[in-house]
Amino acid sequence: MKYTLMLSISALLLVLSSLFSLVIGEVPFSLADVPSILSDPSSMEHGILTHIRIPRTILAMAIGGSLSLCGVILQGIYRNPLVEPYTLGISGGAAVGVTLAIVTGLAMKGIPLSFFGFAGALVTIFLVYTLSIRNNRMSTGKMLLIGVMISFISSSVVMLLMSLTNAEQLHGIIFWTMGSLNETDNTVVFTLLGISVVMLGVTILFAVPLNAMRLGEAKARHLGINTTVIIRILFIITSLMTGSCIAVAGIIGFVGLIMPHFSRLIIGTDYRVLLPSAFLNGAIFLIWCDILARIIISPNELPIGVITGIFGGITFIIILSSRRVKPRLA
Amino acid sequence: MRDDFLEIKNVTCGYPGGFMLNSLNLTLQKGAFAGIIGRNGSGKSTLFKSITGDIKLTGGSVKLDGISLSGLTLKERARRIATVPQFVETGPITVREHVLMGRVPWLSRFSYSYNKTDNEIAEKYINLTGLNKLSDNPLTGISGGELQLSAIASALTQEPSLLLLDEPTAHLDIHYQAMIMDMLYSLNRAEKLTVLMIIHDLNLAGEYCDYLVMMKDGKICADGTPEEVLSSRNIMDAFGADVLITPHPVTGRPVILRNPGNRPEQQTINDSMPGSVQLSYHGN
Repeated sequence: MKYTLMLSISALLLVLSSLFSLVIGEVPFSLADVPSILSDPSSMEHGILTHIRIPRTILAMAIGGSLSLCGVILQGIYRNPLVEPYTLGISGGAAVGVTLAIVTGLAMKGIPLSFFGFAGALVTIFLVYTLSIRNNRMSTGKMLLIGVMISFISSSVVMLLMSLTNAEQLHGIIFWTMGSLNETDNTVVFTLLGISVVMLGVTILFAVPLNAMRLGEAKARHLGINTTVIIRILFIITSLMTGSCIAVAGIIGFVGLIMPHFSRLIIGTDYRVLLPSAFLNGAIFLIWCDILARIIISPNELPIGVITGIFGGITFIIILSSRRVKPRLA
Repeated sequence: MRDDFLEIKNVTCGYPGGFMLNSLNLTLQKGAFAGIIGRNGSGKSTLFKSITGDIKLTGGSVKLDGISLSGLTLKERARRIATVPQFVETGPITVREHVLMGRVPWLSRFSYSYNKTDNEIAEKYINLTGLNKLSDNPLTGISGGELQLSAIASALTQEPSLLLLDEPTAHLDIHYQAMIMDMLYSLNRAEKLTVLMIIHDLNLAGEYCDYLVMMKDGKICADGTPEEVLSSRNIMDAFGADVLITPHPVTGRPVILRNPGNRPEQQTINDSMPGSVQLSYHGN
């Protein structure tokens, strides 16, 4: 069928992009050499491949896929095309956690920054969740506003802390907020990929409720769907996924906003295929952004967040205006 | 009575500090074609919400076919009751997808796709509503009447035993009004589908419904056959409108005509004060 074909093309593109990402860089390899490099642990190329390129590529795949998946779900449950994984304040909370850790010097005591990022994200998720529940009902509109407000408060707190700190720490904070795929710990990287693939599977189980919610919560409820429970579960899943991504790679913006729209443009709004499509497209997109970040000013590297914003934004505007397509909003 | 299908008993519900239904009672027989009439804000939609479960009952019970609805899950409820809302939401989906959504309550948990029966039922109602040529159009690209038909087809695909419609003919032209009412009427007669609708057009209500419920201030002020309910006295009481009732020349059903005796007279322009407008009324 049409959908199977399109998903297969995306999957194929993901494989090709990953392979390309492995061989390109400051020290280019030929694809044919990869097996021999892998079998020779003593070579420099082996180190580059296993400690730099493989983890980066896997991380780009996991984070691009997760953020795009979270974005498509959140836009669906809030029925708002401008929602992205960071709208609910999760990134702001993580940033406060990391900034606090850097400013207070806690970060120097051997605890990874990602721990503080995740802790900050968890606090925000808890706040948004509890503040938006009243009489055991969850108002999505209120939740969105509370999330946005927490984002604003967090960014002010981050600025406050930044104004109190020294130049070296300031540098650390700014670099963290720009996001980076430099995570050399293969365990972390593969765990994140595992989690994101499992979560993709779990969220696909909610495709039918998500489809019904395309015409509003009331309609879905009249079709027998307990929207309150579904929204809670999906909120918790997407928040934890987003929190994990931020903890590992900092704030990589834009993927979670535009890849859902891009996926809707090419495959439609049926969540049964939209969810896997968004995941695959997000993964492909972030792999390419990472490739560009590595080669544009090689041997130096651009922050990945810069590429996702500029490259992603321009590409999306071109697609939107050239095809004369009506954007299919959430 | 054994035939009581929908039993609303002493239902009390409403909004905190706002509008309330107080100990309301209503019984419908299986296969009824019933209409609820009344002014805006008289409690018609709240009554609907007490049946759909959109509002919590603070007292009383709603039973369908002897089963209390409050004990049912949303899914079990959705297999029995389908609702066509006053304002049908549109979205980036096709008419076919919209109609097929009616099968959602019948899908097993976490199932991923509609089976052959689901598709056949949807197809049946797409054809019945005459939407077959539009079935691949997006909801955002069809007319208001077609959207209403699509919502009705979707509700019918739910295969409910009770169909609730909130003003199904509002904003529609006379062609769609007749088409939708005729279709619902024939389904009601052929398949014993119990229909309960909120309806503002008293003439359509009188023409089609065999049972009418008139509401005022959260209470039922009259109920019975159209001939019983649609009297000029009741209408004056519930709507504050002065009307004349005459039998339809063909069907003999009550036809409501506004009494022009109470209408504001034509605007007259006061010559001495150019531009100013005065309204004068008969009677007072």
